[in-house]
Amino acid sequence: MARPATARSRRGGDSPRVLPPVPGVTEDLRAHYSRNGPARYRGPALLRAVREAGLTGRGGAAFPAHVKLAAVARANGRKVVVANGAEGEPASAKDAALLYHAPHLVLDGLQLAVEAVGATEAYLYTDIRHADMVDRALAQRTDDIPVQVVEAPPRFLSGQETALASRVSGGLALPTFSSSRISEHGVHGMPTLVQNVETLAHLALIARRGPGWFRQKGTPAEPGTTLVTINADGRRLVREVELGARLADVITDGAAVLIGGYHGTWLPMTTALTLTLDNQALSGHRAALGAGVLAVLPHSACGLIETARVARYLAAESAGQCGPCLNGLPRIAAAMAELAGPRPRRGTVQAVERWAGLVTGRGACHHPDGTSRLIRSALTVFGAELSRHADGRCSAATDRPVLPLPSAQALPLTDEDWL
Amino acid sequence: MTLTLRINPIACTGHGACAEVAPELIEADEWGYPVMNPGPVPAGLEREARKAVATCPALALKLQRDGNLSATENLRRN
Repeated sequence: MARPATARSRRGGDSPRVLPPVPGVTEDLRAHYSRNGPARYRGPALLRAVREAGLTGRGGAAFPAHVKLAAVARANGRKVVVANGAEGEPASAKDAALLYHAPHLVLDGLQLAVEAVGATEAYLYTDIRHADMVDRALAQRTDDIPVQVVEAPPRFLSGQETALASRVSGGLALPTFSSSRISEHGVHGMPTLVQNVETLAHLALIARRGPGWFRQKGTPAEPGTTLVTINADGRRLVREVELGARLADVITDGAAVLIGGYHGTWLPMTTALTLTLDNQALSGHRAALGAGVLAVLPHSACGLIETARVARYLAAESAGQCGPCLNGLPRIAAAMAELAGPRPRRGTVQAVERWAGLVTGRGACHHPDGTSRLIRSALTVFGAELSRHADGRCSAATDRPVLPLPSAQALPLTDEDWL
Repeated sequence: MTLTLRINPIACTGHGACAEVAPELIEADEWGYPVMNPGPVPAGLEREARKAVATCPALALKLQRDGNLSATENLRRN
């Protein structure tokens, strides 16, 4: 695979933590141990350290890591830990960058989590393109619990926890509906801990340097650093930044920025540049960091066209299992395509708003909710653009698309696409 | 003890029977899929709720005793 580009943060976070100091090189086992040393906190001590560190999940939901760890640690019998590196977000490359640069930090985190919760099986779930580099890293190790690499299909919802549990159990990577938790009934019905690969990398560092060290960066409410993928100027860059870093230090000029990925929120650039990168600050603007995707809309592009492209993609990525999502998302996407064109019919905005409200909260997974969030923020932030389109004008200066999407051939055709 | 109607949205086929037998609790959307009134079943409507559950041809409706449902949801969806 192409090596994901990384760059060290320019200000504030000069020393990255999970990313090794030298970009572009895979850290082998020897380099990993000489940089990080052995783990000092293990087992129950590690569970306490993670709690004191205040580590939250870096896969999107920012759920406290220790809560999930403790839930699986409490369970009896055979248990499973899965490192989630599915990264179905087309605009995210941070998990791939981490697996490329510091695979042993992730694998250490996985093994330490396995030990701390008393698991008997360990999996790494990731795209086939990264399987080779993970296998190379695994070949250098002698862990007691072998790690099985499970291929995540390149679909938006592959990394959703229930889809992951289904896939790792040998089924399709589709969300399932259950009233029990993954931590109770996950892979093959066993109590299962699912943590994003970056979360495990932070956990591996907490196991070495402790919670006090972890809290030296970030904010008191959201400690530590986080990986972000910056999509700007036709390039994609992964950086490690402190939580609470100024957005103005991370992104530059543009008309607007999409925060949190394709289930995320558009913000006008003037607003974004006053904010910090943490959920406390972002939640005031109905935004969230998600998995750390930042995508800049240049002045020469049209936010409605870009959102319509993503809406079409998200509608196609619906698993098609739940009625509201199956029926609502294609209608939302078609209406957004109309709004992206010249002189849309009156009432189309209202129709989109109504459908967005109608599908929210009614899926087995959060796909309709996240899609609605994106669409609603677009209708708010690109209000002036809506007026321009009503007059037959548009801000787009070129036909060149801005937001990254998989090629059209990759859109779902059969059930086999979910394997 | 309060009861809450819970739908399995994957199992639901949009038959619409639930909205017919329990219109005070469930409304059909424009595609025929049920929209539940939020919150627990109000007192006096338990019979209607049970009827909706029994009528569903897809066995997609359940009447659940309220526990820490929101915490479960958070974990499951996380």
